[in-house]
Amino acid sequence: MATISQPVSVLEALRRVRQEAATYRGIWSWIATVDHKRIGVLYGVTAFLFLLAGGIEALLIRLQLATPNGKVVSPEVYNQLFTMHGTTMIFLVVMPMAAAFFNLIVPLQIGARDVAFPRLNAFSYWTFLMGGLLLHASVLAGGAPNGGWFGYAPLTEFPYNPGHGIDFWAMGLQILGVSSMAGAFNFIVTILNMRAPGMSLFRMPVFVWMTLATAFLIILAMPVIAVALFQLEFDRLFGANFFNPVKGGTPLLWQHLFWIFGHPEVYILILPVMGIISEVLPTFSQKPLFGYPFVVFSGIAIAFMSFGVWAHHMYTTGLGPIANAAFGVSTILIAVPTGVKIFNWLATLWGGNISLRPPLMFAVGFIAMFVIGGLTGVTHSMVPSDYQQQDTYYVVAHFHQVLFGGALFGLFAGIYYWFPKFTGRLLNEKLGQLHFWLMLLGFNLTFQPMMILGLMGMPRRIYTYPQGMGWDEWNLLATIGSFVIALSVLVFMANVVVSLRRGEEAGADPWDGRTLEWSIPSPPPPYNFRHIPVVRARDDFWHRKYVEGPEGRPVPVVAGGAHDEHGQQEDEEHIHLPSPSYFPLICSLGLPIFALGFIFKDYALVAAGAVVILYGIYGWALEPATEG
Amino acid sequence: MTHQPRLAETTLETATGLDNRKLLMWLFLASEAVFFGSLIATYLLYRGQSLQGPYPGDVFNIPFTSVSSFILLMSSTTMALAVGAAHRGQLHQMRTWLLVTPLLGISFLAGQAFEFTEFYRKGLTLSSNLFGTTFYVLTGFHGAHVSVGVLILLSLWAAAMLGKIGRHNAINVELAGLYWHFVDIVWIVIFTLVYLLEPL
Repeated sequence: MATISQPVSVLEALRRVRQEAATYRGIWSWIATVDHKRIGVLYGVTAFLFLLAGGIEALLIRLQLATPNGKVVSPEVYNQLFTMHGTTMIFLVVMPMAAAFFNLIVPLQIGARDVAFPRLNAFSYWTFLMGGLLLHASVLAGGAPNGGWFGYAPLTEFPYNPGHGIDFWAMGLQILGVSSMAGAFNFIVTILNMRAPGMSLFRMPVFVWMTLATAFLIILAMPVIAVALFQLEFDRLFGANFFNPVKGGTPLLWQHLFWIFGHPEVYILILPVMGIISEVLPTFSQKPLFGYPFVVFSGIAIAFMSFGVWAHHMYTTGLGPIANAAFGVSTILIAVPTGVKIFNWLATLWGGNISLRPPLMFAVGFIAMFVIGGLTGVTHSMVPSDYQQQDTYYVVAHFHQVLFGGALFGLFAGIYYWFPKFTGRLLNEKLGQLHFWLMLLGFNLTFQPMMILGLMGMPRRIYTYPQGMGWDEWNLLATIGSFVIALSVLVFMANVVVSLRRGEEAGADPWDGRTLEWSIPSPPPPYNFRHIPVVRARDDFWHRKYVEGPEGRPVPVVAGGAHDEHGQQEDEEHIHLPSPSYFPLICSLGLPIFALGFIFKDYALVAAGAVVILYGIYGWALEPATEG
Repeated sequence: MTHQPRLAETTLETATGLDNRKLLMWLFLASEAVFFGSLIATYLLYRGQSLQGPYPGDVFNIPFTSVSSFILLMSSTTMALAVGAAHRGQLHQMRTWLLVTPLLGISFLAGQAFEFTEFYRKGLTLSSNLFGTTFYVLTGFHGAHVSVGVLILLSLWAAAMLGKIGRHNAINVELAGLYWHFVDIVWIVIFTLVYLLEPL
């Protein structure tokens, strides 16, 4: 708000920022940064803090359910807990963690010095932060959202949910959507346009491919949820009838729109992780990825098909046998490209020179857990079977198997793999192993009992259950498991702290890597590449280090043989980096103000938010884009 | 600060040969198409489902809306003229069309404001029935998009009057043009589906 009343001081601060950022030190250089690596770090750290919040919510849920007739939290608080847990883990943890990896890795892997739109990139991060904060600010305004992460109408309609929680939820998600979309536009342009010479599409690392597929999913799926959320808010704030059965509206419209977004969203969460796995497995098997084109095309196939399976979330709503059968078939079909990937990963490991370091442990853990998640998913695709499983703990177990056993394990694989690149130090090996085994144990202890509970008929979203249902032991076991998971996360945090201080020096290429990010120092200089590399093959960096020997075994190239011949040398001083900027942050600051104005129907606040946003946009546009 | 081009935003040679900003605009328009697609789908789903009036036939004034639609479509012509003039470096013409286009846009918006007022007088509100809900939200979002376009074009016109837009950065006019044409095309779909096909 100070930004509107004191534009002069902003300009002064801007000058200061430019001086500070030029030295790459100090808090202002982070706030005004447009460096993709720093933005990636900001994304990662913020997402991890939200992971802790979402994790504590999960622990409270498990404490409440540990015993029958639990009294840890009230039913009202319980509803808020599971809503915030789901919303946080999906929108504030897994998506931004993937965005952290997009930021950190993609420019390095395609041989670029930054993303296509560095300021837009900063805007994505700040908007993500604002969306997350707005969502959590609901606690101060009379209670967190309590309608589930799926926000089914009419439960979320005003007459049935008159607090402000749902409004915060809808507006928060809307802002997070803006952030994701801005990031996705940026990464599509970056990947298509900023590739180094010779980096043809089919020489790109699979992680870059999966980023591209994810970004397309985001820009085509997010607008649908945006419309649904607008409709919900028009209903709630201005008395529209979108989901109001009294005036002929159908609540099923919400479910359709939500899941047309929601199922691609599942792949938005998992495709980046599949990309990470496809980088980790070859490196630690010392083999190229088996069937690269199959992995790429199956990823693209998953992205396309993900728009045609949404109604498998809605079998029990009475769509009729033909629709159910059609969506059943499409859901079974989408398992095919997923299976293709699994077999390619296994074949990559097969016969490889395997070194079982923590990144590979998490990657293999991902494959095992994700297969269970995928197969339980196939059981949902069968309509009669799904009728039994709908709204039971079996579903809860299934999607945690995919999103925790899958996505989170894969993200940890990525953290262990790339941590040395950006800190210059390896994460501790012993603590890493302890983290992995504790997490694997805790994970299975938590979620396998839920499979059984679900098949025994325990419904989702109940805040407690009576004695004598035969659910007691399994629930207690799941609660114990969740605390083992918490312990494993503490081990990870200790590992990060210890390793940042005293970790083993990594050097540029600690894992004998295959892709371009390992060809530059750790941590990378601000300009990434002293000279833009010229790419001659898939896994280019590997081919600079090794040639194929007689039996197909890699033989090291004589030291120095393949270096210094790539691209043009440039002096460090002549590499021009984008200037830091305040305006992305200012634009982002305006968004929650604007949203709060609507939530409280305070149109002065709406106007203030609009002024801040416009100030940011015009400042951004008028800031010398070309300083000359 | 040294006077050097920004690294990324002025990169002339890209891997695909497409300008970064133009590619960004096309991607943005793709997502906008899904956005309006969802709104239009909602309108069509609820078409004829209102339990009480006023119904579309009670309020529509097709000749009036045809005129305002024609004005909006003509603004696409003037927009194209502005883009062409910018690329040829004909600054005077470019300024003219950069002013005429948003003025036509404002005329369209004035027509929409009049129409909304008329409908409201005839008893159609956001809450009165499904038609009111879906009609106001769909055309309202379109109107909001036209308003943003007007703001962009007036800003460009102001920049052009200050001599800051020329052949070297004609891409700015072109990007605004892409957006403007898109918003017009959406109106063609809305006008056809909502107004013209209403009696069917």
